[in-house]
Amino acid sequence: MKAAVVVFPGINRERDMARTLKLVSGVEPAMVWHADTQLPAGTDLVVIPGGFSYGDYLRCGAIAARAPIMDAVRAHAGKGGLTLGVCNGFQILCEAGLLPGVLMRNAQLRFICRDVYLKVERSDTPFTRGYNAGQVIRVPVAHGEGNYIADGETIARLEGEGRVIFRYASPDGMIDPNWNHNGAINGIAGIVSERGNVLGMMPHPENHVEAAIGRTDGRGLFAGLADALKRAA
Amino acid sequence: MKARVTVTLKTGILDPQGKAIEGALRSLGIEGVASVRQGKVFDIEIEGADPAKAEALLKQAADKLLANTVIENYRVEVVG
Repeated sequence: MKAAVVVFPGINRERDMARTLKLVSGVEPAMVWHADTQLPAGTDLVVIPGGFSYGDYLRCGAIAARAPIMDAVRAHAGKGGLTLGVCNGFQILCEAGLLPGVLMRNAQLRFICRDVYLKVERSDTPFTRGYNAGQVIRVPVAHGEGNYIADGETIARLEGEGRVIFRYASPDGMIDPNWNHNGAINGIAGIVSERGNVLGMMPHPENHVEAAIGRTDGRGLFAGLADALKRAA
Repeated sequence: MKARVTVTLKTGILDPQGKAIEGALRSLGIEGVASVRQGKVFDIEIEGADPAKAEALLKQAADKLLANTVIENYRVEVVG
């Protein structure tokens, strides 16, 4: 795995992400600054971490999505390169047009920072091969704008093509509005692009990878990615 | 030249902030408010004096950055 973590001013989860990538794959990721115009040669995974790029000014992720490095990220994704956006990273991928839809203000208007349960809808993607379809994982969220919306046609297409990968659920995997903390349509927590190589998700799997922290539910995502890239090499 | 871009949420898009403001107005005792939708206003100073060119530039700015056309509409005005 040759990962690159993209860093924008105001991003604050890049070290958690880099630490997890190193822990799971054994390889230190490259940190790439927003003003750079190229990814390191041989990059096979681009990660946009969470935080508050540009202080969430204008709209969450709007300014970062137009930063110089994003042309290189777009080219990487366009070639089928694996791309992961977490939290603010998901917002940035949506604003950049790499994923459809928008993350709006949480329906309850509150910033929510706690663990949630996610149903893994599919295991046949490079991002979820470390899980079983239907498995429920527990990972933290920390966001004020995670309420996923898109027009009806886009939602129908996402659902029809099986592109909703993670959904907010109850601990036993029921899709229930009471367990959907931010009001996202259909409990959508994570989606992939049409070709399946770009994943955006609001929760933070990178924060549940070590037993010392209490849980390791997020580890499967990174272990699966490392495995998928090893097989592809 | 002075110009203004107004960005508003499309009809049907849920606006939790507008709803909260609506509730606050009601609790202040300001009667007769049926609903509130929150938007954004950008006051922009344009170089040059060609209104047609200014309008084209503003539309480009709105499409590329100021508005997210998935959820928002915008209106540009060259104020003069």
